[in-house]
Amino acid sequence: MAVAETASGTTPAPAGRIPPRYWVTGALLLLMPAIANDFFLYQVFGWAFILGTIALSLQFLAGYGGMVSLLQMSVAALAGYVVAILGTSGTVALSLGWPWWVVIPIALAGACLFATAVGALAVRTEGIYMIMITLAIAAAFFYFTRQNYSIFNGYSGFPGVVPPPVLGLDWRQPVPFYYLTLGVALVCYLVVLYVARAPFGLALQGVRDNPRRMAALGFDVFWHRVLAQGFAAVIAGLGGILLVWQNGQISPGTAGLPAVFDILVVAIVGGLRHPVGPYIGALIYVLLRAFAPDVLQALGLSGERFKMVVGIGFLAVVWWSPDGVLGLWDRWRALRAAGRDPLTGRAGR
Amino acid sequence: MSPAAPEGPRLAAAAGSGNALELRGVTKTFGALAALSDVTLSVRPGERRAVLGSNGAGKTTLFNCITGDFLPSSGTIRLFGEDVTRFPAHERIRRGLRRTYQISLLFGGLSVLDNVYLACRGVGRARFSLVRPRRSDPVMAQAQDLIAAVHLAAVQATAVAALSYGQQRQLEIALALAGAPRLILFDEPAAGLSPAERADLVAILTGLPAHIGFVIIEHDMDVALRVAERVTMMHNGRIFREGAPAEIEDDVEVQALYLGGGHGGGGGHG
Repeated sequence: MAVAETASGTTPAPAGRIPPRYWVTGALLLLMPAIANDFFLYQVFGWAFILGTIALSLQFLAGYGGMVSLLQMSVAALAGYVVAILGTSGTVALSLGWPWWVVIPIALAGACLFATAVGALAVRTEGIYMIMITLAIAAAFFYFTRQNYSIFNGYSGFPGVVPPPVLGLDWRQPVPFYYLTLGVALVCYLVVLYVARAPFGLALQGVRDNPRRMAALGFDVFWHRVLAQGFAAVIAGLGGILLVWQNGQISPGTAGLPAVFDILVVAIVGGLRHPVGPYIGALIYVLLRAFAPDVLQALGLSGERFKMVVGIGFLAVVWWSPDGVLGLWDRWRALRAAGRDPLTGRAGR
Repeated sequence: MSPAAPEGPRLAAAAGSGNALELRGVTKTFGALAALSDVTLSVRPGERRAVLGSNGAGKTTLFNCITGDFLPSSGTIRLFGEDVTRFPAHERIRRGLRRTYQISLLFGGLSVLDNVYLACRGVGRARFSLVRPRRSDPVMAQAQDLIAAVHLAAVQATAVAALSYGQQRQLEIALALAGAPRLILFDEPAAGLSPAERADLVAILTGLPAHIGFVIIEHDMDVALRVAERVTMMHNGRIFREGAPAEIEDDVEVQALYLGGGHGGGGGHG
């Protein structure tokens, strides 16, 4: 059994105990607009934070709850659709134009309700069966949004969905949008870390490791799993809202099967063991998406084959480290602790 | 000892209604194999009962049916007067039933304190809480009391995986004592323990508050007969004999079947 988080270590670590790498990363992220251009801020980091947040919801379910759900992108897209339908979009005939402070809570509640309802069905299964059920529902969601014109506007979806001008800022500009996505990602990351050590998260890890034992301790394993789906949906919903704002539109393709699998790839490449994993995976994925075509073209290959590069990268990570990049990091630290060179494996560096 | 005495009108009503545990005609089959056949058994509130029998006699299956891990093929199970035959495991736990496992089922990556804290939360109201506990959390204090009760205070911050086997068995007991247990099922708690650890175990079991009854499966006859007020012998999934420890010890058939004509401690493996 491998419950990783603790309840008795309840006092937050004093600032002095936070490892230097956290300070360096934090400072770098805060100062990023001073050193990165708009493309990096908006298309690389902005997108990575959004994808990472959606994948974080999968990390919470799979890493802490042992539930690999392929529904997270559909949940995110549902929240995005609600923002487009109830708020303002270019499809004036269908959008209701409600204020953002009404629309966003409804979008998150809708995502939560959807995931809870599907979760009540999906958590009756485990492993490959849960993957198949959530994949089937994700596919059904995609086809439903594509064929339904009265609510989801079918194939066209909703163009012209932009963030509301809160505090007089245009949040679609690269720097404000960078800080918006960074802020949401940071809050979600910290919330997941916190909840993982709260009774709910601790018990979820117990359910993952030994559901029979947890039932014998008085926990209702079924409802614990269902509520975890609802909790994760709020995180995925936040990612979905940011995604529709970044793209400026939402359509069935947002939750198409390639996007559904992308979230799984992002989470696995980064690592499911810790909430930072999805963000690492998302950054790698986005960088590959952004630059692999250029690299391939420079090599005389078709730039359209970038997905092959992503796939090979995924297979390589899984081959070398089933725990993703975080697993590689752990192995490197273990080697260092053992006084061995991580490259040569020789002892007594 | 920290386990709280039962409270509330339902518990009071149940205490006055008869047996803590009552099985009537419980049968459990796996395909053609009848692991339990027409088992009828009653345990009074606060009673300490030993269930003995050879491997394959159906003892652990009996426990699994009582806790809800298995649904019986037929028959009824009543807990403190309430028919719980179709209740899920967690509902039975919330009615005061607890159990330990033959092979320790603990959370190895967690500390001793966290394991017991989790057990206390499981039978409490805030099991879905999203708020991390403070050091002043009364549930945390309750967990620490339980750890002291099973003599593990010195290792409460230690990861369970690092505990000795005997300490893990003691921790199993602490988990069973969380909340307000009224009936505990101990599944071979002395298995693999040293003589000193067995003495410790007997002290813990005999020191339990009088309102807590238990049923113990134990191959070590010395332990079983020292802590039990009554003994139920099982054979081939059926109740074979029931009586006071002295009666069972003196029973010729029991001796022939299980004790080989007398026992010298630990000889009841049959």
